[in-house]
Amino acid sequence: MHTTDYLIAGSSHAALEAINAIRMHDGDGSITVVTRDPHRPYSPTVLPYVVSGRSTPERVFLRDDDFFTANKVDYRSGCALAGLDPAAHQARLADGSTIGYRKLLLATGASPIVPPIPGIERVDYHVLRTLDDATRLRAAMAASKNAVVLGAGLVGMHAAENLVKAGASVTIVEMSKQLTSGYFDEVAAGMIEQAFLGNGAKIRTGHRVVGLEPSADGATLKLDNGDTIPTDLLLVAVGVRPELGYLDGSGIATERGILVDDTMRTSAEDVWSAGDCAQARGFFTGTPVMNAILPDATLQGRIAGMAMAEDPGLKPYAGGLPLNTYHFFGRHAISVGSAAVPEGGRAQVRFDAASGRYLRAVFDRDERLTGIFGVNEFFDAGVMAQLILRRTDLGPLRERFFAQPLATGRELMSQLWR
Amino acid sequence: MGQAYSTIAFDPAKCDGCGKCMTACASVKFDSTDTTRSLIQIVRSGGARIEPPRPGEFELALCRQCADPKCVTVCPAGALGKNGTTGVIDWDASKCVDCLLCTIGCTYAGIALDEHSGRVSKCDTCEGKPACVPACPTGALRHITTARIYNEVGSWEDLFAPGLAGCQGCNTELLMRHALRRVGPDTVLATPPGCVPGMGSVGFNGTTGTKVPVFHPLLTNTASMLAGVKRQYERVGRKVTAMAIAGDGGASDVGFQSLSGAAERGERILFMVVDNEGYMNTGMQRSSCTPYGAWTSTTPIGAHGRGKTQDAKNLPMIMVNHRCEYVATASTAYMEDLYEKLDKALAASERGFAYLHVYSPCTTGWRFQSALNIEVARKAVESNFVTLWEYTPEAGLHFTRPVDKPLPVADYLKAMGRFRHLSPEQVEHIQNKVAENLRFVRKIAEQADEQ
Repeated sequence: MHTTDYLIAGSSHAALEAINAIRMHDGDGSITVVTRDPHRPYSPTVLPYVVSGRSTPERVFLRDDDFFTANKVDYRSGCALAGLDPAAHQARLADGSTIGYRKLLLATGASPIVPPIPGIERVDYHVLRTLDDATRLRAAMAASKNAVVLGAGLVGMHAAENLVKAGASVTIVEMSKQLTSGYFDEVAAGMIEQAFLGNGAKIRTGHRVVGLEPSADGATLKLDNGDTIPTDLLLVAVGVRPELGYLDGSGIATERGILVDDTMRTSAEDVWSAGDCAQARGFFTGTPVMNAILPDATLQGRIAGMAMAEDPGLKPYAGGLPLNTYHFFGRHAISVGSAAVPEGGRAQVRFDAASGRYLRAVFDRDERLTGIFGVNEFFDAGVMAQLILRRTDLGPLRERFFAQPLATGRELMSQLWR
Repeated sequence: MGQAYSTIAFDPAKCDGCGKCMTACASVKFDSTDTTRSLIQIVRSGGARIEPPRPGEFELALCRQCADPKCVTVCPAGALGKNGTTGVIDWDASKCVDCLLCTIGCTYAGIALDEHSGRVSKCDTCEGKPACVPACPTGALRHITTARIYNEVGSWEDLFAPGLAGCQGCNTELLMRHALRRVGPDTVLATPPGCVPGMGSVGFNGTTGTKVPVFHPLLTNTASMLAGVKRQYERVGRKVTAMAIAGDGGASDVGFQSLSGAAERGERILFMVVDNEGYMNTGMQRSSCTPYGAWTSTTPIGAHGRGKTQDAKNLPMIMVNHRCEYVATASTAYMEDLYEKLDKALAASERGFAYLHVYSPCTTGWRFQSALNIEVARKAVESNFVTLWEYTPEAGLHFTRPVDKPLPVADYLKAMGRFRHLSPEQVEHIQNKVAENLRFVRKIAEQADEQ
């Protein structure tokens, strides 16, 4: 049986940061990475750009083989985790082999949710989570005349824009009342909607797909109001969730993801989890939340790696903060923090229809920033995140901050943590 | 060995917000007069635009070229990376997908969207020659290139034995290793009694502490023995650097006769004095370089004694009066300056007598925490207690690190225990002495300028 000091399951941002963190403190302990994906490490976030052609499959890799050689990492791709025995410190792989470990990191990410629509198993559809998905979607996109994107999250919207630009007639179907809900507020979502409509996309928000039938070209969708939409390319992008079948019988506690404490430790001895599969404390809620975003994955991976290597410099997790950027038809949208107005707090909004600039900032009752959202309104997102995480009192500066978030944010940065 | 990198340093106390750095950057990088495009952004605190700006009100947003760059870790496209050679965070425009996630990663506003291009932009230090720095009229921006020294020195052979027995926090090991590395293996080293042999230059158990020939002259005859050794090598036609690393006691007191003689005769020697202002190796007795008011074991504090009652001898100025080929003062708080002087002293020692006087705070004898050596050395310079200059017969004397706004000498004195007992009158005496010394050296420097 192969044994290793550190076993890392997964190969994207959380796993890579954990490797860095471990090697910062432990130069010699053996590291083995097992990953379901057949490729070298890449980011799911880059995939829409592979679909658009902005990037290419051979240029997306985040590490080359030299990295693994230099860091003495045994990298095994196409090698999925199948089962765990935390008591015995053993992991079972899909090929039937077993690996013994001293410490284990579960950074297995998430997979697309396939909604239980009657007939879905009989039609051909796309998802976008792996490099192979992206390659397949890009190939199909060239021939598509009539595409449907199911789900108006950032992945779906990004793909829809690519399809529009590739010349297809595109319909976006979304269950909730607005596009990009959970990422952007009503006004920002309205701007996104206008941009898509202006570029010829059709938008069907507030509708569920109740049936799918195969057709000569592809499939026909049936909506809850009886409308039917024919399509030759169906992209299912209703969200992601971790696939945790490998935990069956392991006793490791899960809810929507793998439950972890502020050092990313799971309920089992010597097992940590980070990234999109982990459910860690939310900054605002204090309760475990799914915050499947790239910056959080790197942060969690770093913490997990430091904890695994017993690095005394470890600082516990401050809690997950929603952070998103989104680029649509030449416009930039950035969201940092929570859109919800806390009790006793307030939201401040300004919108200039002529320039298309929109800014919304949310403050709590103590004049501390809890969220900031902009379309074509530029501020340093990393600085804003720090202001929120540091619970900075903006009291006397609030008006100026709202008028000039870029300059005022930088000024605060200079005074508080330079 | 790790790599050290050059960096752009900003002193907010000197910035008056003129914005010339931004103009220079926008012009060089974008051929634009729009300073919002500058990759260095000066930010005025308070936001008020009514009163005229004052130095100290400005801060900057600039890529710090982090050693642990978060922008790199959050880039999904592999478009950002730390360049191991230059230290710069390189941005690969062809890989970048304009997702702006890097701006979420950076907490210093060092990478931001350039609205004109719709792409992120960040400082690349202009390939090691940042345009903003020479544009700064106040000296608030400096390009610190000291890293070059450490990288180069790292590849030179260390000619001292590993593990010298210095006191904790002593900078003399740093000095010895750097100096000998620079001078190189074709060296004969003289280390008269003092801290340097005490730390192990003369070795243990029948082996020397150096990889070059080293000898242990008497305190009195260092310069004359070294002169003889050098002349013998010259006679047999071997090019060798004759170098002394001596303490201030061995140079300014009992060894002064041979030092003065060798300087007068123009012996081709590199004589480095490590001035810790006393006989520290033998139990902290006073020397003629010990400053007024300082506690030593022979200038004790008690019912009558209030520390040394005489002022220190200004040995480097005395050496200037020998018209040596080269004379300089240096400090380990200013390594770049020290290295330039070491290079010049080494070259001068092939023509005649080269004298290098390095101030070396003594953690044990001066009584300060072992972590503060460089800080104490820096304060000595910043208060003008110590002045850094160099002299050659041709060019005269020039300050190499003039101090515009010196700290009160009390700030320096408070940094250590040997001055703890000083009365206000004694502090005033020292402050006056600092002024007098400065006037004296300045006068010589002005004469050089008149030439």
